[in-house]
Amino acid sequence: MTAAADVPSPAAASPPRSAFGAAFDKGFEILCFAAATFLLAALGGIVVSLAIGGWPAFQAFGLNFFVSAEWDPVQEIYGAAGAVTGTLVTAALALLFALPLSFGIAIFLVELCPPVLRRPIGTAVELLAGIPSIVYGMWGLFVFAPWFAKYIQMPIMMSAQPGSLWEKITAGVPNGAGILSASIILAIMILPFIAATLRELLLSIPAQVRESAYGLGSTTFEVVRKVSIPYVRTGAIGAVMLGLGRALGETMAVTFIIGNSHGFPTSIFASGSTIASTIANEFAEATEQLHSASLIALGLVLFVITFAVLALARLLIGRQANL
Amino acid sequence: MYRKLIVGLAACLALSACGQKTEGKGGSTAPAGAQISGAGATFPAPLYAKWAEVQKADTGVALNYQAIGSGGGIKQIKAKTVAFGASDKPLKPDELAAEGLAQFPTVIGGVVPIVNLPGLQPSQLKLTGPVLADIFLGKVTKWNDPAIIALNAGVKLPNLPITVVHRADGSGTSFLFTSYLTAVAPQWASVGASDAVKWPTGQGGKGNDGVSGYVKQTPGAIGYVEYAFAKQNGLPHASLQNAAGQFVDPTADAFAAAASGADWSATPGFYLLLINQPGAGAWPITGATFILMHKQQADPATGKAVLGFFDRAYATGDAAASELAYVPLPATLKAQVRASWSAIVGPDGKPVYAPAAQ
Repeated sequence: MTAAADVPSPAAASPPRSAFGAAFDKGFEILCFAAATFLLAALGGIVVSLAIGGWPAFQAFGLNFFVSAEWDPVQEIYGAAGAVTGTLVTAALALLFALPLSFGIAIFLVELCPPVLRRPIGTAVELLAGIPSIVYGMWGLFVFAPWFAKYIQMPIMMSAQPGSLWEKITAGVPNGAGILSASIILAIMILPFIAATLRELLLSIPAQVRESAYGLGSTTFEVVRKVSIPYVRTGAIGAVMLGLGRALGETMAVTFIIGNSHGFPTSIFASGSTIASTIANEFAEATEQLHSASLIALGLVLFVITFAVLALARLLIGRQANL
Repeated sequence: MYRKLIVGLAACLALSACGQKTEGKGGSTAPAGAQISGAGATFPAPLYAKWAEVQKADTGVALNYQAIGSGGGIKQIKAKTVAFGASDKPLKPDELAAEGLAQFPTVIGGVVPIVNLPGLQPSQLKLTGPVLADIFLGKVTKWNDPAIIALNAGVKLPNLPITVVHRADGSGTSFLFTSYLTAVAPQWASVGASDAVKWPTGQGGKGNDGVSGYVKQTPGAIGYVEYAFAKQNGLPHASLQNAAGQFVDPTADAFAAAASGADWSATPGFYLLLINQPGAGAWPITGATFILMHKQQADPATGKAVLGFFDRAYATGDAAASELAYVPLPATLKAQVRASWSAIVGPDGKPVYAPAAQ
């Protein structure tokens, strides 16, 4: 509000404005303020209604809701741990796969790409961001999963020594549905967001900075590593967190390919579930009060996780900016 | 500024007035040209859409049906936001009484186990309820398990692990399937019957297409889907042993046999799952899908329009049902349903709809 109080002072120095102009300005200010607070109110409203809707679940299970992986609609016992684990694991794996690729794409486009190719590749990356989630899900289930099972999962499973730890990690049904395939689909989905943002960031580096580095005799790799990336580090963390946020909340594509079993995933090929997929699967048919309350409570947990990720990103960016 | 506000307010008022007008139109006018609203089960949605299309042309009654799932349908009718709710899972008589609801079936469907067994002819595999339960419990894990071999003399069963595929989303299909396993296999009591259960083993596919997708892609997989879906997609099924000890294939006749063998008159609110019905040709996992309405209709015209819609559908909609691989209700059951409608009354205590004599 201090900014608002400052507004009249420059006005006093300038020639007097018409009464209409002043009134309009006031109205404009109110409109902008309303727009900003409306968003806050909506956000607050969502949190409050999630908390109220999920309250019966928190009340019934207490802390157990967060540590138990039991999910039994018949006995009405619900625990979020399995879905939370699935969400975190798939999002983290997706980021792990998407990050190097996105950096590769962005750096290639900005530093190395022949001008003829720059537009087509850039457009392709942006198009990838526009594909609806359900299409990724269908493609994942009917095209990617069989291919993945045949050429990646089966060879890995057959190469495992019986009784070894590796066999345990790679156990699962050889049809391409599970934690790892869901993570790969997620990686493809978040890739364009991270890559496009990184490209914009790299393009924002003043030409003199890069040219000077080249002028000093640096190789391309040295320029990228020592000049470009440090220059955009703050923004890059933001881009990565944007991708992570999307991976955490992604629903349809994951639901189709993750195998949808509750409980902790036991291997990389095992079926699992995420918070979003559990809600999408069960909410429409949840008639018992405790069942829908538990699903709403799951929503609140996802909200908190996403919020924590964004807060962490802010913190990191803030620290970088101070350096 | 203020003028703008006033204009905006006026616009809002005009909009809401329009909203009220359309709402009123849906509720109060006579059946001709009326609009009735329903919400619920996805399973019968294609058929309700077909019926609505035909009747719109004949009588001008428009049906606005939202396929939001049985759970959603039950919630919506309890909240009275729709004229009728639709559910694959019938409500128990005491729950109906508590909410003041009436319930009646519209069409019959069923659940079919589908398998992916390399080297076997489609529908060559025979299973019983208890063996099916053991498979879905994860107790029988190989296709050449003695329990399965004993049922399939002369069939060469592969030494292949069984992959169980179930529905991941809450569904009337799962409800019917688990109800069947509960009824025929005591060991299934540890899991229970519901539209979503804690599956002891296997993978979950989203929807019928998710389940069939996993089954098709996994040699040795077994899953279950709705009959209409299995028929339209030509999925290889297993035949099941029914209450009479016969192994039957899922056909329209087998579902009709299950429906006609049932004693509907003894069940208040038509709370009946057609699980494991007697009759030599009856398919054991059969069930109807239901309509829920309030017994006290605040607006008799709406109630009349809804019942009129289903009355016409009973009278003229069987061919459309069969075409879409649903099984029409037997004539005796239709008569019983029509008789039950006298319990749906308006504020004056009189039935809102008098079915034409058939």
